Amino acid sequence: MNFTPFYLSFQLASLTAFLLFFIALPFAWYLSQTESKLKPFLEALIALPLVLPPSVLGFYLLFALSYNSPFGHFLQETLGLKLVFSFSGLVVASCFYSLPFMVQPLQNGFESLNKHMLEASYIAGKSKLQTLLFVALPNIKPALITAVIITFAHTVGEFGVVLMVGGSIPGETKVASVAIYEMVEVMDYTSAHIYSAIMLGGSFFVLLSVYIFNAKQHKRFGL
Amino acid sequence: MIICQIKKPLHGAQGAMQLDVNLSFKEGEFVALSGASGSGKTTLLRILAGLEVAQGNITLNDVAWLSKNKNLSVQKREIGFVFQDYALFENMSVEKNLLFVSKDKALAKKLLQMTELYELKERTPSTLSGGQKQRVSICRALMKKPKLLLLDEPLSALDVKMRHKLQNELLNLHKEFQTTTIMVSHDPHEIHHLASRVLILEQGKIINDGSPKEVLFKTQANQASTFSGEILEIKEDGKHYIKLLISSDKVHNFSVGQHVNLI
Repeated sequence: MNFTPFYLSFQLASLTAFLLFFIALPFAWYLSQTESKLKPFLEALIALPLVLPPSVLGFYLLFALSYNSPFGHFLQETLGLKLVFSFSGLVVASCFYSLPFMVQPLQNGFESLNKHMLEASYIAGKSKLQTLLFVALPNIKPALITAVIITFAHTVGEFGVVLMVGGSIPGETKVASVAIYEMVEVMDYTSAHIYSAIMLGGSFFVLLSVYIFNAKQHKRFGL
Repeated sequence: MIICQIKKPLHGAQGAMQLDVNLSFKEGEFVALSGASGSGKTTLLRILAGLEVAQGNITLNDVAWLSKNKNLSVQKREIGFVFQDYALFENMSVEKNLLFVSKDKALAKKLLQMTELYELKERTPSTLSGGQKQRVSICRALMKKPKLLLLDEPLSALDVKMRHKLQNELLNLHKEFQTTTIMVSHDPHEIHHLASRVLILEQGKIINDGSPKEVLFKTQANQASTFSGEILEIKEDGKHYIKLLISSDKVHNFSVGQHVNLI
């Protein structure tokens, strides 16, 4: 049994969750605090990957990153980065695909905080950044854990986008979900069963731990 | 000396109105701010703190906090603020709530001892009672050694016994630190007990400004809510202080054993 696709999925999901946390944090904080009229537009933009067919997102990403688009041209010519059909490209694509899964729980967490608590921090002389790091973030721990784990799990579970942007290069872009698709195509049902069962069990375990953790937090803080 | 001349359009309970006040506060003064809800009390406090913008001037000892082309950030104004809902940092212990404001450990210890909280310094806010939380909040507001302490109905969520206890603690802290204080309050007993000056705000304007005795008598002497205590007996030749406060037709509204406020 070759477990490289699982290893790749795991690597991709960990990297995506890690990077997205830092990318999404300022977005989520800004959205939770702003009263700007632009807020609904930004929220809609961030939520797009939830409703778009992965093939549409994959197509646009494929186009944007390819040598034929000005952006892809710039990446390859100036920075020497070839993102299509590579692992790095998968990471970029996953960050777009999973963005709402990181932003939304964090934003909800920040919005549920007592506004007076944040104001008390400003009154104490602390900047917005200090308030975010030392007051806001530590007080949304359940939302934080949910965001990271759901992003991780969602990235493990992605299929359409990775297939379009990454293709299926063994050891490079052939992640578990793509591997299962190919097994079914060549009628290797035994391997497909084993792979699918591992995915099913793993996903259930991840979700279960999130819910157990959150239930414990609610009990502890009486939320 | 704090000078505050501000204007701000508000949407109050009775439609649009203009918050328009022109006030000055002496150093060390304890001012009570009263008035119906929606009259602009909290907004006035928040403007002083820099949490809301307004037009006009605010100066503290010739330092401009607010002027035509300047609005000093909330971080840089030397104020302490106590919210009705405590607003403690839930992730920090009692002591850390104070030390987050300033690293002055000696001051933190002194404040916690004055308010009987020192034994609880390792506890987190979620394990404290309402009265304890509000005491932490008051201590936290004093950690910055503010030039102006703003209290927004600090005690109104507490029961009567706890309220009286905290009133005394506020009085002790005010004696000790002599911080200029503005407190929003509806409780005549509290105002009389703590404040040296009362402001009544109505529809965004100050309609009364004076000592608690003057103001409370003038505006509320006819309201049953201005008495505190228990009337044990009402006689024809009754005690003078009762006769002084209620007109004869009002006496009929009271009965023996009824709880009322007395100032």
